[in-house]
Amino acid sequence: MAVNVDLTTVWAFIIAFGVFAYVVMDGFDLGIGVLFPTFEPGPERDRAMNSIAPVWDGNETWLVLGGGGLFAAFPLAYAVILPATYPLIIAMLLGLVFRGVAFEYRWRDPGHRAFWDRAFTGGSLVAAMSQGMILGAILQGIKVVDRSYAGSWFDWFTPYTLLTGLGVVAGYALLGSTWLIWKLDGPAQAHARKLAIAAGAATLILMAGVSLYNVALNAEYAEKWLTAPEIYYAAPVPILTTIVAISLLRAILKARNSKPFWLSIALFFFGMAGLGFTIWPNVVPPGITIWDAAAPERSQIFMLVGVAITMPLIIAYTGWAYWVFRGKVGDEGYH
Amino acid sequence: MFEASDALLLARIQFAFTVSFHFIFPAFSIGLASYLAVLEGLWLKTGRQVYLDLFKYWLKIFAMAFAMGVVSGIVMSYQFGTNWSVFSDKAGPVIGPLMAYEVLTAFFLEAGFLGVMLFGMNKVGKKLHFFATLMVAGGTFVSAFWILSVNSWMQTPTGFEMGANGQFLPGESWFDIVFNPSFPYRLVHTVIAAYLTTAFVVGGVGAWHLLKDKTNQHARKMFSMAMWMAALVAPVQIFAGDMHGLNTLEHQPQKVMAMEGHYESHPDGAPFYLFGIPNDETQTLDYAVGIPKLSSLILKHDLNAPLAGLDTIPDDEQPPVFMVFWAFRIMVAIGVGMMLLGFWSLFARWRGTLYEWPLLHRAAIVMGPTGFVAVIAGWITTEVGRQPYTVYGLLRTAQSASPLDAPAVAASLLAFVLVYFAVFGAGVWYILKLMQKPPHKGEKGVKSTAKGPVRTAGITPGPSQNPNDPTALPQDHEEATDGR
Repeated sequence: MAVNVDLTTVWAFIIAFGVFAYVVMDGFDLGIGVLFPTFEPGPERDRAMNSIAPVWDGNETWLVLGGGGLFAAFPLAYAVILPATYPLIIAMLLGLVFRGVAFEYRWRDPGHRAFWDRAFTGGSLVAAMSQGMILGAILQGIKVVDRSYAGSWFDWFTPYTLLTGLGVVAGYALLGSTWLIWKLDGPAQAHARKLAIAAGAATLILMAGVSLYNVALNAEYAEKWLTAPEIYYAAPVPILTTIVAISLLRAILKARNSKPFWLSIALFFFGMAGLGFTIWPNVVPPGITIWDAAAPERSQIFMLVGVAITMPLIIAYTGWAYWVFRGKVGDEGYH
Repeated sequence: MFEASDALLLARIQFAFTVSFHFIFPAFSIGLASYLAVLEGLWLKTGRQVYLDLFKYWLKIFAMAFAMGVVSGIVMSYQFGTNWSVFSDKAGPVIGPLMAYEVLTAFFLEAGFLGVMLFGMNKVGKKLHFFATLMVAGGTFVSAFWILSVNSWMQTPTGFEMGANGQFLPGESWFDIVFNPSFPYRLVHTVIAAYLTTAFVVGGVGAWHLLKDKTNQHARKMFSMAMWMAALVAPVQIFAGDMHGLNTLEHQPQKVMAMEGHYESHPDGAPFYLFGIPNDETQTLDYAVGIPKLSSLILKHDLNAPLAGLDTIPDDEQPPVFMVFWAFRIMVAIGVGMMLLGFWSLFARWRGTLYEWPLLHRAAIVMGPTGFVAVIAGWITTEVGRQPYTVYGLLRTAQSASPLDAPAVAASLLAFVLVYFAVFGAGVWYILKLMQKPPHKGEKGVKSTAKGPVRTAGITPGPSQNPNDPTALPQDHEEATDGR
């Protein structure tokens, strides 16, 4: 059993890494979708789109890893969370359909480009909001009886999940706008900088709101964050988050190129670390721990071998693909 | 208004709908990725412009099909949990890891190199670009490997143990799970089907442009390549399908009984029915027209071999026969049609009229989209034929579904139907538009050579078009620039 405990913990961190990679990578391209209408039709929008065209597909693959990995490593969690958030999952998937095809369709059909641009924005917004609300629905707890979801249709719809939904939308908008600061130049870059300040402020306010709500949500969360000895582990998270937030605003205001994007990622990292600390060791609060939901040891080992071999390669060639398309969109290398 | 059985039926319809729609795109992109790799390889080897032009021509279509495959595929990876959560919980420890391997070894590979394949020709150099194309093509195959292993395990489960909590748990050896008895046959049959489907699309497009201009060198090249595939691979596919059928007879005899329409047992030689209306109520094949003893010859290689019928199977373990019976016949008819067209093309080649025989070209156009029909019919045969189980013989479909109310499933089904027909309908329309343009010398890729930025599918220099004019279709512009 001792070995199993370790493996389960390892798997929890692998899934968390997958989710983090997804949230950051698809986060910036979903965020660009959300912000798309604020860019001028024509070259500005085309460049914003083209800055993510070569990579969005790879970014979205992390979502499949998140879903597939959860299915494989924690089948019970997968089997509970998906029915519990059914309408959100369906909405997210349909949103992703619209925004995904818009990448191709807007070039194929100039007559309807305005329509596909709206589909790109609408789909991105619905997907981002749904993801945030799914996150909230998990954090607030899911009613489970006999290994099955036992709540009603709309348990996921609460003020708390609306708050987490908006938080994720704002966070993605921050990632998207800081990515565009990096990839664009001229007036479009200046516009992205303005967006980044607004999105950054919104993100920080909503993060604070969610944090406070968490503490109020149930006694267990409050105890973790506010009493010793847990508070010694917890305290660095808000402190570091504050430091990152200040550096981020400075970097945007000082017109740095890539730094705002990296600091936005750091902000997400600490946000996720905080949420992870909040629910640990549950995967589906309040009752299902990672060990309850874990796949058997043989499944864990088999997959761990696969992850150990492929993940370094995946990171390497994904990094290479980003490197190939480095630099400002519209720079000489692009033509 | 709704009952529990309605929720189950709606969940089944939803899965059938989303997976059928989805599979159309990979069936095409598996074959097309390999075709693109062949074209680019031939271009690098021979240096002939025609191969590069064809590569770029089909690359634009590939980009569209791939995008639709990706977004409809993400839906699939969540359908298991949303609609079949009990199945997911029980079978997750066995099939979950295989699907995780699909993501790790295939999806990332495809997605990681796709950007370079589509946009990177001028950024990374020819050889590295060819490598990216190979990785994308390899990724599509690896993806098929894993997902077909999962499907095959559900059809012929081996290598597992039953857990105390009702879960299927992996046994000693993953090899027994991955390489379950029906997997090698299903893999070969499905991958060849994808190649043939693509070949007939390519052949149909080539034939279309040959009818308009039989001197078009690009149309000639693609038509010729497609017809070689038809002539050589269609017979192989029929052989592979036969082997797959024999394997099914061994492991899932009920399915073969349904495919054959054999309600009754035949102790001395079973007929092969060409026509009939299966009636599950009366357990009879009405209006049957059959060839005596042929079924025994095909399945047992002996005219008088006995074959058991569905009368040996309890009613609640039988698949619904009508869909299986007819889907199977549609698939076989198309397969035979493909082979005959292939032979016809050989005859035309021998006569020296491959490019000047309009009737042959018309036939190729008619056959162009039939691969998709055959692929879907084949899946209906195998999936309906394994009912009423999700894990064959062990877990019933009725016991696999999520605890959802019928209205929830009905609403999401309606949403999927509306969105899929609208979005993928538009996508197919755009693909047909691309195919309608003749391939030509100096074909542009997905990367713009004009002043505009890169774009996923940008032979259309968007900004230079009048966005207010809906009739300003891409080909208008392209034809205008051809003359330069």
